Amino acid sequence: MASPMFRFDPVELPPEAIALRHEVRAFIKEHQHLMGFTRGEFNRDFSRAMGKRGWIGMTWPKQYGGHERSSFERYVVIEEMLVAGAPLSAHYTGDRQSGPNLLRFGTEEQKQFFLPKIAAGELTFCIGMSEPNSGSDLAGTRTRAVKVDGGYKINGSKLWTSNAHRADYAILFCKMAQEGQPDPDRHAGATQFLLPLKSPGIDIRPVRNLLDEHHFNEIFLTDVMVPDWLLLGKEGNGWNQVTSELSFERSAPDRFLVFFQVLREMLRMAGPQPDRATAAALGRLVAQLATLRSMSLSIAGMLHEGLQPNSESAVVKDLGTRYEQDIPVVARGLFPTEPELDAADTYASMIARATMNAPRLSIQGGTREILRGIIARGLGLR
Amino acid sequence: MAMRDEARMLLESMGRLFEDKCTKQVVDLAEKGSFPGELWRAVSEIGVPLAALPESGGGADAEWSDLYAVLRVAGRYAAPIPLAETMLAGWIAAAAGLELTDQPMTVGPVRAGDRLTLERDGNGWRLTGRASRLPYARSARRIILLTDGPDGEMAVALDGTAGAETTEGRNMAGEPRDTLSFSGMRLVADAAAPVRGGTTRAALYRRGALARATMMSGALERAMDLAVTYAQERQQFGRPISKFQAVQQNLAVLAGQTAAAVAAANVGIESLSRNDPEVEEFRVAIAKTRVGDAATLACEIAHQVHGAIGFTQEYALQLATRRLWSWREEFGADVEWAARLGAIVCARGADELWPILSAP
Repeated sequence: MASPMFRFDPVELPPEAIALRHEVRAFIKEHQHLMGFTRGEFNRDFSRAMGKRGWIGMTWPKQYGGHERSSFERYVVIEEMLVAGAPLSAHYTGDRQSGPNLLRFGTEEQKQFFLPKIAAGELTFCIGMSEPNSGSDLAGTRTRAVKVDGGYKINGSKLWTSNAHRADYAILFCKMAQEGQPDPDRHAGATQFLLPLKSPGIDIRPVRNLLDEHHFNEIFLTDVMVPDWLLLGKEGNGWNQVTSELSFERSAPDRFLVFFQVLREMLRMAGPQPDRATAAALGRLVAQLATLRSMSLSIAGMLHEGLQPNSESAVVKDLGTRYEQDIPVVARGLFPTEPELDAADTYASMIARATMNAPRLSIQGGTREILRGIIARGLGLR
Repeated sequence: MAMRDEARMLLESMGRLFEDKCTKQVVDLAEKGSFPGELWRAVSEIGVPLAALPESGGGADAEWSDLYAVLRVAGRYAAPIPLAETMLAGWIAAAAGLELTDQPMTVGPVRAGDRLTLERDGNGWRLTGRASRLPYARSARRIILLTDGPDGEMAVALDGTAGAETTEGRNMAGEPRDTLSFSGMRLVADAAAPVRGGTTRAALYRRGALARATMMSGALERAMDLAVTYAQERQQFGRPISKFQAVQQNLAVLAGQTAAAVAAANVGIESLSRNDPEVEEFRVAIAKTRVGDAATLACEIAHQVHGAIGFTQEYALQLATRRLWSWREEFGADVEWAARLGAIVCARGADELWPILSAP
């Protein structure tokens, strides 16, 4: 073969991960009243309970509050929680990407301060990347930091910041203000900060989504002072760091289990002996899901070996969101119903939530087009 | 999980062998009716066709997973030989204690609706029924057929097509698919034996479907490789077409479908060592369904990227795509396996779906 191929070597879960699954299921059963469908619930008590079980920061070193368990054990915890519809919002970003980014680029002081609190489920992080004029084109960030005595002064704004109104910190992506001519390198000066969201000069305003929920926010930063010790990594190394952060974000199994409960509900509607066409439509979705899971486990294996499967993660996210967006389409073909948002967790309300949430899946964490660009780069086309 | 060294070496040497001996010229000639004897001898000398058999039976006790990995390479090169068929024929015949050969063999029935019956006739047997579209029957030195005998399934070994009413046919890729009809054909006593070791018709159908899914994953790798290479070479509007975002996005989809097909085939292959027909059925259904879906979309894109040249006999893309279009229907089309998969999960019930999917 002349051109590169993406490899997803099959992986078998080790026995400790299989054993852990039973513990996780028992824990979920205890907290059954908190489980739901796509509400993205934010529940600090639940996060603290998970922290107590040692299920946040599972793979991190013990000296930073982690548990030195394998990527496979972490995988099992996350997939069981996603399938159950657990309220993960208060710790998920910290566990998935902020913590790993800190481990990689943080100072000793930062690691000692932040990681044990994230792992305990006590500290909520959010993602400070997108801006009004800088979405997919992250390098176009206009938020600027200026070095001043004792720290940095930051001005600008961030948009689509999920949970900013209830989080403690954001990892803020911005650029160091340049003197004179703009630098020809669009990645020059990019820098990340650990931004305390209660700092003076920060104004957080809600942006309600089309389900009339408050997840998104716009953050305005006016002369916000960040002390020196909250610089993450190095000044000017932000592009490298944010790329790594995004690869953590994209490799998670949450890219194809968001609508699992709709699929399960469709099986319930179909009954034990569906007609052939119904069985085939459901079988197709199951085949896609099983394949995605096998590919995603393979990525967990690559992470376990210390590899950075960026293209492979993009492949799984692209295929995963396609599959997820097909679920409500197939559902309304097989079992048409008038969607009803306000009903409890019934089929009609699931279809409403799935239909209305579907568009975001191929936008958040990298649009479909950006991901396919990453895949094309992996193929050597750009 | 890292592949074992011996498996990797086997794959590398098979890759070299096919690169050398399975050229487009060889495939073209095979399609015109000339069996590629030299290619078969080279593959046979490595011992691959019967490698799954125990050493005492002339095999190498090889893992089925390794042999299926070889089928992927064979699919990549469009190898016009009954490699999967000979492997499966050997598996059934050896288990039943029937005589074997390392010459080309084939196996059947390959279609769900076909039925063969075996009746006692004095010391021997009489064979009646039809086996449609047997792969390479005309070139097979031995044909292993699974039949309904007086006391259950029986395996039958025929020395070629002699004695059968044979209608030669072929699939869209020009591979022989011959229909054999028998009306009370007489067989000697030791030409038939009860099936053993789970080598039933259902098992043959599963493993045949998985063989096709695996070969398809190889053919998809070939189609993708050709498309990516071609897009980088072909210049239009003053630059390679691979520089256009529209083309890049299509190739990214093609790469994703190809990777999914290889992964799905592996989901099936991983079940072969379990010796659990239920698990195997479930996972083969996943493989054949997902690979079939991938093939449909991937063929469309591979051709679109190639433009008119991909639509010619001269260019090699059609070696892959005509096989993909043929193989996706053989041993059960993806829609049939999808219906089977859907029936399995529905019968188990909604609340069992996740436990089944997450079971080790």
